[in-house]
Amino acid sequence: MAANTITGDFNINAEVDVESIEASARKARMQGIKRLVRYTLLKLVALVFTVAVGVYITIVVANMGGAVDKIRLGTIRESVALAATADPAFKTMNSEQRVAYINSRVDLEIKRYGLDRPFLVRSFEYLWDGMTLNFGFSQQLVSDSGSRLVRNILLERLPSTLLLFGSANLILFFVALFAGLSLSRRYGSMADKVVLALAPTSAAPAWFYGLFLILIFAAMLKVLPFGGMVSAPPPDNPVDYLLSLLNHMILPMAAWLISAIFLTAYNWRTFFLIYSSEDYVEMAKAKGLSDRMIERRYILRPTLPNIITSFALLLITLWTGAIIFETVFNWPGIGQLYYRAIGAFDTPVIVANVVLYAYLLALTVFVLDFVYALVDPRVRVGDGGRK
Amino acid sequence: MKGILSSLRQLRQYPTAVIGMIIIGLLLVVSIITPIIMPYSEAIRLWRGGELVWRYYPRNAAPAWQNWFTSTDLAASVIIDSSKGDIEPTFEQISADTREGFYSYEFDFPYDTFPPEVILFAAAKYASKQPFVELTWITPDGREIRAGEFSATANTSVRFDQDTRLQRRLERETGIKGITVIEGLFDDPSKEGIQVLQGTYRLDATALLFEPESTLDMTFVSYGKVHGLAGTDHQRRDLTVALLWGTPIAMAFGLLAAVFTTVTTMSIAAFGVWTGGWVDGTIQRITEVNAIIPLLPILIMVGTLYSRSIWLMLGLVIVLSIFGLQIKNYRAIFLQVKESPYIDAARAYGAGSNRIIFRYLIPRVLPLIIPAIVILVPGFVFLEASLAVLGLGDPVLPTWGKLINDANTQGALFNGYYYWILLPSALLMIAGLAFAMVGFALDRIFNPRLREV
Repeated sequence: MAANTITGDFNINAEVDVESIEASARKARMQGIKRLVRYTLLKLVALVFTVAVGVYITIVVANMGGAVDKIRLGTIRESVALAATADPAFKTMNSEQRVAYINSRVDLEIKRYGLDRPFLVRSFEYLWDGMTLNFGFSQQLVSDSGSRLVRNILLERLPSTLLLFGSANLILFFVALFAGLSLSRRYGSMADKVVLALAPTSAAPAWFYGLFLILIFAAMLKVLPFGGMVSAPPPDNPVDYLLSLLNHMILPMAAWLISAIFLTAYNWRTFFLIYSSEDYVEMAKAKGLSDRMIERRYILRPTLPNIITSFALLLITLWTGAIIFETVFNWPGIGQLYYRAIGAFDTPVIVANVVLYAYLLALTVFVLDFVYALVDPRVRVGDGGRK
Repeated sequence: MKGILSSLRQLRQYPTAVIGMIIIGLLLVVSIITPIIMPYSEAIRLWRGGELVWRYYPRNAAPAWQNWFTSTDLAASVIIDSSKGDIEPTFEQISADTREGFYSYEFDFPYDTFPPEVILFAAAKYASKQPFVELTWITPDGREIRAGEFSATANTSVRFDQDTRLQRRLERETGIKGITVIEGLFDDPSKEGIQVLQGTYRLDATALLFEPESTLDMTFVSYGKVHGLAGTDHQRRDLTVALLWGTPIAMAFGLLAAVFTTVTTMSIAAFGVWTGGWVDGTIQRITEVNAIIPLLPILIMVGTLYSRSIWLMLGLVIVLSIFGLQIKNYRAIFLQVKESPYIDAARAYGAGSNRIIFRYLIPRVLPLIIPAIVILVPGFVFLEASLAVLGLGDPVLPTWGKLINDANTQGALFNGYYYWILLPSALLMIAGLAFAMVGFALDRIFNPRLREV
């Protein structure tokens, strides 16, 4: 989806005309900025549209094409009837009055929730609200602080997800990078062969290894907790709290690493090997540069775009896996919230979650294009190379 | 085609691929045999049968082979069924109508642990007078214990551990306060404390049948702590049923999803490249939208709100993957192939679009899609398991993922029923690894660039 290409044709004019070179350079720079802006805008519009379509599909599915409304009507009727029986005035009414009373209350509730308008109209309102991150109130779920604002519920869960996955992925990135580099240096060694043999184990998702780790370390050896984020009740002392948190993070992070590390290290080692057979690397070696210098300047730099792409794709696939991962480890994050919201038919929370996912995916794609340009000067953003 | 076959022959050079092929072969054999020996309807009847189907099976029993690894032998099940001819009762005519029947249940008990339950099931046929049964328990050292009496109906089960009179009698005889009935029946009085007396036990049942037409069948079951190849779950169900039926389901789900998604993405890429223009552009845009739609959340949503049928899930996975990101890869390849001289030649002799797409473009990428399909399989197998672990497995069919889900909800890890999670996970792992190993080797064979490094 990225329109970046490697432009290999450099036209160096033989005639040296300083002024015209400067002028054309300025012109080229101006054109470059213009192109960058136009490209960025186009890309943004495309991505926003993409997110909108994805979110709309989610809204339609989450509302079961309008069928959730029937369920909501049922619950409204039930709660109104329940509230009415508690009302002392209700007992003195005759049956006709009672029906009229309940119906009027139900109509009020329906108006309050906006259920009197057709689903099609409301679905676009939902879409607009979703896209502008205005998620409204939840129907069932309540945040730990007692708020029914979906935004508060999400914000309360977001830090724990970011903490777990942020640290796990950071470790994964650097471990895989250094493992890949050292394996490419020791190409064909025992360690290299072991990683190659273990690469297929990444076919199993992280939660799967999580089960095994829980079995070994929590159930059999009883040294680490089964799940959760801190021990209950949470320790008052901040140091104890931190230690308890770290203790609970060991197993999920280990599961996350095991499930991805071998394949990632193997893939990156392959990138490094491909790039270390380039002519300019031979040239650098002939110049007598140190191995570390060669690695850093001549191998790592051109490989980074590949590595970043592969890491971003990995993140995208792993990201949605957080739902089951957090459920297995009972980690109070976004994924677990999503699972609970679905169990409670809480449409606003479901939609908010998917919108969050869609924005995160779109953001990854968008940022990726610019990261390319940052790490590899040969890539020029917005250069339509496909023609 | 010949090229593909010779490439496949190269697989032999990769030991991991050979192992993977053997495992895949075995899994496919199991997938074919299972529906033959245990048809679909039979599997569902067994799995959803409840107590009536499984009442002779122990609850939460570990696999029998667990005894090989431990020093203490856990009790195995003993089932002696008079209706199946395991024992032959003898009858004696007492009066014109009344007969006396002797049922003698003799069994070896060489284990180190007590059975969790001991039950005598009786099924009597009578017009108005119920047969009357008296029980005597004879231990290996020759003690005789009166073990109660009952009137048999069409469906009576005598649970020894719930007989409080027997419990009190055993307390008196053993002199140990609070001993349970089963401990009392199997206790070795010559040893200190409560320990199992190993040897041959006998339960004698003397039945009085008051009507000439009356019959009585009785089944004695001493439940084990280990059972069969795979053990049992909390509903006494034999896990072998689910493990066996999980195989064809996992294979079908993984293979169908992988083949369909690969073939459709490739065909769409070929069509887009060949048609070009706005069609190609639209396909590209749809692919980008599709990439933003998170697959698993949508599947979970549909599973909770609509239907959890495994075939609906399969269909949905395929539909959502039709415009998968793979289109980008195939598109890049087709763009190169499109410019090849032999395509110009085909066009020159007047070949139509369909002919060019299906006879010239697609065959060129066939070598690429074989590793792609094989590598995709484990992902889909685990996807099915993931849904099942979230409680969104198929409502009727037993699958590997559903076993893990059952085990999780019943706290198997907490209660120490490790086999319950380990067996289905091991099968998932073996299946996933086998396809991944073969896929890796195929990738190296078909992409020579990888082979060099």
